[in-house]
Parts: sequence; structure tokens; C-alpha cells
Amino acid sequence: MPELTFIDAIRAAMADEMAADERVFVLGEDVAQKGGVFLATDGLLAQFGPLRVIDMPIAEAGIVGVAIGAALHGLRPVAEIQFADYLHPAIDQILNEAARFRYRSNGDWSCPIVVRAPFGAGIHGALYHSQSVEALFTSTPGLKVVIPATPYDAKGLLIAAIRDPDPVLFLEHKQLYRSLRGEVPTGSYIVPIGRAEVRRRGSSLSLITYGMMVHACLEAAAQAAVDGIDAEVLDLRTLAPLDVDAILATAHRTGKVLIVHEDNLTGGIGGEIAALIAEHAFESLDAPVRRLAAPDLPATPFSDNLEEFFMLDPHKILAGIRELARY
Amino acid sequence: MAQKTAQPDVARNGGGKPSAAEHDHELLTELFRQMVLIRRFEEKCQEMYTKAKIGGFLHLYIGEEATGVGAVSALRPEDHIFTHYRDHGHAIARGLDINPLMAELFGKVTGTSKGLGGSMHFAEAEKHFWGGYAIVGSHLLLAVGVALGMKMQNKASVVMVFFGDGATNGGEFYEALNFAQLWKLPVVFVCENNLYAMGTPLEVHSSVTEIYRKACAFDMTAERVDGNDVLVMREAALRAVEHARSGQGPVLLEAMTYRFRGHSAQDTQKYRTKEDVEKYRSTDPIEVFRRTLIDDGVLTEEQARAIESRIDDQVEESVRFSEESPEPGVEWIKQSGVYAEAIAVDPPIHGE
Repeated sequence: MPELTFIDAIRAAMADEMAADERVFVLGEDVAQKGGVFLATDGLLAQFGPLRVIDMPIAEAGIVGVAIGAALHGLRPVAEIQFADYLHPAIDQILNEAARFRYRSNGDWSCPIVVRAPFGAGIHGALYHSQSVEALFTSTPGLKVVIPATPYDAKGLLIAAIRDPDPVLFLEHKQLYRSLRGEVPTGSYIVPIGRAEVRRRGSSLSLITYGMMVHACLEAAAQAAVDGIDAEVLDLRTLAPLDVDAILATAHRTGKVLIVHEDNLTGGIGGEIAALIAEHAFESLDAPVRRLAAPDLPATPFSDNLEEFFMLDPHKILAGIRELARY
Repeated sequence: MAQKTAQPDVARNGGGKPSAAEHDHELLTELFRQMVLIRRFEEKCQEMYTKAKIGGFLHLYIGEEATGVGAVSALRPEDHIFTHYRDHGHAIARGLDINPLMAELFGKVTGTSKGLGGSMHFAEAEKHFWGGYAIVGSHLLLAVGVALGMKMQNKASVVMVFFGDGATNGGEFYEALNFAQLWKLPVVFVCENNLYAMGTPLEVHSSVTEIYRKACAFDMTAERVDGNDVLVMREAALRAVEHARSGQGPVLLEAMTYRFRGHSAQDTQKYRTKEDVEKYRSTDPIEVFRRTLIDDGVLTEEQARAIESRIDDQVEESVRFSEESPEPGVEWIKQSGVYAEAIAVDPPIHGE
């Protein structure tokens, strides 16, 4: 099986689906001639032509609104927003329109769009190029929010998103684009939306996480094992709708849960997961549910030491694991 | 041909009034019937609202009927419509049955959206009536997206999108016009300029009060027309639709009109005087058109009354239909209203 980078897996998903289904097209700022700001759509213009790889004005409401209209007309648009921070000008279109079409029409209409956007910190992007924005979207039923952690999942989940009959926000951690390689099958396959995956089996406690933090958690879990702490790592993969069964199953299994996300603490998805566990797995718990997240700052800071303070890493997670294990 | 914005022919709209006698009598009668149906339907809506049979927000189109009827009459069945929250008139002009429309206002399961949407969100897939949208300006982009889809699939249909003068100050208006013109998409933008953005007069909310001139920024064909004359409106819409359908790109029509009622049923209308409203009421588009049809020998007074009487019966029937219809149940929402596959709205309980 070939090894691909995270971003090559994403590109392969789009290329495969565009080849298989002529309704699929991509649109976004710089996606055609430049091939995307991170080159996720590089080469698609040459392969599929300017009617299916569309350079859009740098106006995000327009990119998403036009994608919605095209989806209503039977197409399968994949819109790229250059950075997740730029989703905000398009929030009206995503939340007020895309997420509501099925509901407002009693299921007569659907809005099968994918909105892809790179998110996350760690590359000194500061205010407008680093945000984790997922919590803004996970509280809107009708919208699906997917965050892959591996190249295999990136391809399989993106294909699933393109084929999904409902709108999907697909967030890609930009630091993984070229730093992560993994085995990715050629040809089409699906990783189902809405299913979490246990990345490491363990019995002492559970780490529930997603995106780039999956890798930080796995590294911390490996170090904790040296101390005899056997941590389970659950990769959520989809944040909306959540895989409630998998979350409760791991809580029941280990009785101790540490939720880890790069998004800031207050209002993050961690609070929702903690509430689910409190409501439905309380009697299995041997300790309070704990959360590790970014501090509640308005934005990611720029300089090295400040960004380091902001970001979680295996060292900070290991400290959290040890503390919870001692409880 | 429609005029380029550089040399607008505003004078034509006052001078070149189409004569009723030149038109097919059946068409003229149908335009009259639609306008009266919208009027009587909405007068009944107001009555039912006062009786608390209809709740929520109610934005009436009364006074603006000629704009919607004239514009929609230029479309073919395969064309598409998007509109704003003041959507009753466009829905009726498009031929949606008034029984499910009234039932939707009553919040009944027989309504167009089974009671989910209410007044501002009428819709019907078969008529390509994509419905009313209550975020001012956001639906313009959806219309442009549908038109992009048509272009990609080589279809010769047209998308007509209605919005008010207030919507032309928002960013989505500019994003929509720019992209539509850039791709020469088959969109007819119909700005219903009723002189107020809710309660804010045109000259207070827009730096340019001749809205059609905003199309200059995109080198887009545009025209200002008397939207209170149904035949003028229809002629302008036919020109615009032909322009869009033949691949020449979008058109912005600014239809000058006036709403006789408040912005919504609760509006105290402090932003205008009774005299302002009376001035427009004295040239009520429906009354003027009715007189023209009788004067030109298209209808007799008796025939006009017979049409009005049949419409009154039809509207009464829609009320009866709505009152007798059942309330919607909540089960189907849990089954299929959120995603394509049914999901549990409540999380599963484990360990039980």
C-alpha cells in the first residue's frame, strides 16, 4: 500500500471522486491555477478543467452560498476555505442555510456540500491563521463536522463526506499536511462519518481526543505505559454527530476520562462529552471527568514561547494522565 | 432590449406604457386574477392573525402585487424562484395552491412545510419555488449557485430572485452580483424597492437611492421600472429573462413599488405619515389595472365581480381547509428532519 502525506490523501480523495462522479467539483479562493494555498487541489485544474475547478472571488459567503445553490441543483460541490478562520464570513450560509435545507423542506431537499478548511495552531499563524473553530459549528443539528487524524482516515472520510447527502464541514489540521505520512489505499473506500476509533487499547484511563491531538495523546500514552499507566486513546473523527456509544463505552471500560482538545476550554466539545458521560456513565466513573484544552484566550499568540504556552503537547498531556491516574 | 446602466431609460417607464388592448385577454384576466387572489388571501391572513388563528410574524405584500405577478409571469415552469420573507405574493403568482399556504400559516400538518416554516418560508419543490429566506440578502447567493449549476449542466433555465431595497446594502448582494456577472449566469435579480428597509427610509439607508445604478459596479445590465404597473413589470421581466436565458448574463431590475401595510403585522409605522400611504393607495395597482381592463373592454364590471367573488370563496375554502387540518406530530422530526439517515435526537441511555 502506498504511503501518502495527509494532504496528498486529501487531494487523492477529491481526484478519485471527481473522476468517478461528474457532479463533483471544487471551488474556492486560488484552488484552480494556484492549486490552493496549501496545494490541496494542485493538479485538479489540469485533470478536470475550469468548469470543475473554479477560482472564486475571495469572499467566503459567496463561496459557500454558491456551493449551496449548486448542491440544490443536483451537483456535489467541495468548497475550500483557505483557513478555518475565514469560515466566519460564511457562517450565515453554513448555519442559517446549508444546515436547514432538509429540515425546512421536510426532507424534500438536501444540501450535499462539503466545506473543507485547514485549522489549528503551531505554525505561528497568530490571530487569523491558527484557530480551532469546531465548537462554533458542532451545536448546529443538520451540519456534520469531521476532523480526521490520519492520512487513511482523511481520504476515506473525505470520500464519505462528498457522498454524504447532508452538509459536512471537513476540518484538516494544517500542521499534519506534510508532517504526517501513512498508508493509503489507491482507489475509493469509505471511512464512515459518525464513528470514533480506538487508537490504543488501555485499561487505566481513557483519553478522548481528535485531530492532531490524537498523535500527542498516543505519544503521551506510550510514555505513561513506562510508569505502568495503561491509557486508552479514542479518536472521535466526527464531532457532529458524536459517536456517543464509543464515548460511553470507553468511559465504562476504564472509569477515568481525560478529554483533550486544541480548541479552547470553555464551550469546547469537551464540555459536551463530559456532560454525556456524567449523564449516562456516572456510576462507572472512578474519578471526575477532566479536560485538557487551550487556555481561554481570544486567539493563538504569535511568538514561540507564547504559542508553546497555548498549545498542548505530549508533555502536558502526560502530566494530565499522571494526575488522573493518581486520583 | 434592457438598458445598460450607463444610459438608463427611466422615462420609458412613465411614457411607454403598454396598452392592455395589445395583449391577449386571457393573459390579462389571469394577471388580474392573481393580483386579486394575493390581495384577498392576505386580507384574510390579517383577519386570521387578529383572531389569533395565525401566530408569529406576518409580513404582507399588499400594495406590491403587480411587481410579483408581472415578474413571475415572465417565467417558464422549468425556471426557478428564490424570494425573501415577504413571500406570499410570489408563491401565489407561481401557482402554489393557497390551501397548503394558509394551512402553513395556521401551523398545520397540511401546510407547505408541515407547520415547520410559517409565513416566511413557503416552498414547493415541484414548482421550483425555493422559498422565502429571512436573512436579508443571503438567498441571492443560493440563486447564483443554482444558476452556476445550470451553466455547468448546459440548461437554459433562468433563476429569478426577489429582495428588497434594504438587501442591496449588504455584502452578499455584492458577492452575488459580482459572481453572476463574472460567469454570465442566467439570473434575474428583482429588487422590490418599496422605499423602506423595514422602518428605515431609502434615503436614510442607502447612499445611492436609484438602486439599479448599483449594477454599474459590475457592468451589469439594469433597469428601473414601475413595479406598480403589472404590464410594465411583465414587459421588463420578459426582456430580462430573455437576456439571461440567451446567455448574455444576469440583469438587475429595480421595481418601484410601495407596501400599504406595515413591515409586519405589529408595525406602528412611525417612519411615514398616513398621507404618504394614502397617496399610494389612491393609485392602488389592482384598482388601476381593474379600471384599465374594463375601460379597454377586456372585462365587464360583472365579469370582474364574478372573478372577485370566486376568489373570495376560494380564500374562505382555504381557511376551512386549514381549520379542519390536524396539528403536526413531532415524531417525524426525530425520524428524518435533521439528516438523511434517522438519528436519535436524545442520546441512548447506557447501562440500563
